[in-house]
Amino acid sequence: MSTEAAATGHVATGYVATGYVASGFSRTNVGSQPDAAGHPIGRDHGLRLLHEMLRIRRFEEKCAELYSAGTIRGFLHLYIGEEAVAVGAMQTLSREDAVVATYREHGHALARGLSMDRLMAEMYGKREGCSHGRGGSMHVFDAATRFYGGNAIVAGGLPIAVGLALADKLQQRPRVTACFFGDGAVAEGAFHESLNLAALWKLPVLFLCENNLYAMGTRIERAQSQTDLCAKAQSYLVPAEAVDGMDAFAVECATRRAADAVRQGAGPRFIEYRTYRFRAHSMFDAELYRDKSEVETWKQRDPIPALAARLRESGVVSETLLSAVEDSVAEEIAEAVAFAEAGSWEPVADLLNDVYTVRP
Amino acid sequence: MITTTYREALRSALREALVKDPRAFLMGEDVGRYGGSYAVSKGLLAELGPDRIRDTPLSELTFVGAGIGAALGGMRPIVEVMTVNFSLLALDQIVNNAATIRHMSGGQFSIPLVIRMATGAGRQLAAQHAHSFEGWYAHIPGIRILAPATLEDARGMLWTALEDPDPVLIFEHQALYNMEGPLAEDAGPVDIDRAAVRRPGKDVSLITYGGTLGKTRQAADTLASDGVDAEVIDLRTLRPLDMPTLLASVKKTHRAVIVDEGWRSGSLAAEISARLAEEAFFELDAPIARVCSAEVPIPYPKHLEDAALPQPATIVAAARETVGRRG
Repeated sequence: MSTEAAATGHVATGYVATGYVASGFSRTNVGSQPDAAGHPIGRDHGLRLLHEMLRIRRFEEKCAELYSAGTIRGFLHLYIGEEAVAVGAMQTLSREDAVVATYREHGHALARGLSMDRLMAEMYGKREGCSHGRGGSMHVFDAATRFYGGNAIVAGGLPIAVGLALADKLQQRPRVTACFFGDGAVAEGAFHESLNLAALWKLPVLFLCENNLYAMGTRIERAQSQTDLCAKAQSYLVPAEAVDGMDAFAVECATRRAADAVRQGAGPRFIEYRTYRFRAHSMFDAELYRDKSEVETWKQRDPIPALAARLRESGVVSETLLSAVEDSVAEEIAEAVAFAEAGSWEPVADLLNDVYTVRP
Repeated sequence: MITTTYREALRSALREALVKDPRAFLMGEDVGRYGGSYAVSKGLLAELGPDRIRDTPLSELTFVGAGIGAALGGMRPIVEVMTVNFSLLALDQIVNNAATIRHMSGGQFSIPLVIRMATGAGRQLAAQHAHSFEGWYAHIPGIRILAPATLEDARGMLWTALEDPDPVLIFEHQALYNMEGPLAEDAGPVDIDRAAVRRPGKDVSLITYGGTLGKTRQAADTLASDGVDAEVIDLRTLRPLDMPTLLASVKKTHRAVIVDEGWRSGSLAAEISARLAEEAFFELDAPIARVCSAEVPIPYPKHLEDAALPQPATIVAAARETVGRRG
């Protein structure tokens, strides 16, 4: 809970009174639509985006804390700073669509509607986790929301997304596969092969590139001769658009245009979201490759306070309500931690489970 | 019985699978208009159309990965990779995704994918088209590895593999495609769990698979004329290994020679040797012997290629050594 929210003292009441919770998206946010006339900046919609971004931000802050305490182990890649991308893009997908993501995927999972309880339990490695504890932070999977990882090989998810889309096309299902990856993936052969094949076969894939300027510690100019990523997609005749990835509304609008085209059978689309990672690459990164001033400059464009200010200035949302959102998120995180703490360890006797499918 | 070839048996299996299961489709380099680089899919494009027989660009990494995705999306893809050497371009998708997604997802997603490829040497194709990496693949949990060595298995393994909910890799030895012989007219699906005793015998177990089965049978015939009664075991499935069949054979013969076209170091033959030593040490009357490929990239000239590979004569020599009858 923020100090500000605590000070107001009546946040919970105010929050529920808005009807925001009753709208039913707060923990299963799949398929929500912007307001009428295609203008997404309605009060409820704005609050929804803010709420989703805050859930990711606070969830990951809690994860970092738990990592420092030794509760979460392995690699932990935080999405903090990039939340507007997953949240904005996910608004445009329906339940039937598929999502393929990377090892920096907590934000995508939450925005897609995975239960925060099960995601936190996965961070702990508990049996109640969304991947039953076998995957951890980098391998989040969820059949219910068609979330296909959680892939920790850079560009490893792109061919899989192409195949998911091929299956949809062959079965004549009007679905979209949204494939998220970073600027680093654009240097991999799998990126080029996948865009070529998806364009050649006119497959319904959204190639969603989160350009945060760094492939781990290597800045894009030091890794790619052509830094205009849209030009690379266009060279495969995949229509491409770059958009401000620090603005959830802008992300949503651009992604919706692309998703609509893909749904109409026009073949794949590529979007470059210009964004920035505020935290280190992983918990082991001393950040020797970038200046603190650069990070501070980008933090001025933090998508969460920017959206909060925009909603406040437009007069549709009060400070009290914003505090209520914070409070609700804090409560959800506390519940998720309690769920994970109460979870169980898979018995060692089950070690060899789920290597092969058990056949009847 | 009909007379057919290994290639025709594979094609007949493919055709039947594609006709029977609307979820099945074939994709790979030149499988359509060209008819397959080994002509296995010849004629299928005309019969089944371009949705079911899909020519791909030269993008092994992506079309194998797309096979994984299509399997996740409810299809039953059959992906052809031209040769095992080219499959290394797709190794990331096979090892990091096909073999792991079921486990990483906590059992939520199975990958019912079949990948076929040619393997092995013997046609003077030199050092980038003739290796035997099926032993490497057999190292990996999460996938099943098959090596059809007979017409029955060429005809019958594909359907059973397609019905398997997990990824199955089928290694077709390129020297076998022209192998001709009799096959039952009603030949159909076969099990993919058990090794087969191809020739019963009591003096020594010759354990092999795939392209070296024929050479091993020839060796057994030669040994028979010397009064050595060799048992020939065809592994058929390289992962998981059917240890009960191997152990039963060794308990009978008390001697084992393993014939494997892979290089000796770190080979499948090494794994089988270790398991026999672990599980049947006190049954053995002689050290386990191995006949593998020489530790050299496969050379182009025929005499050097022949010298690099297991041959009937080297198998006979190893078996004689094992039974204490030097020739």
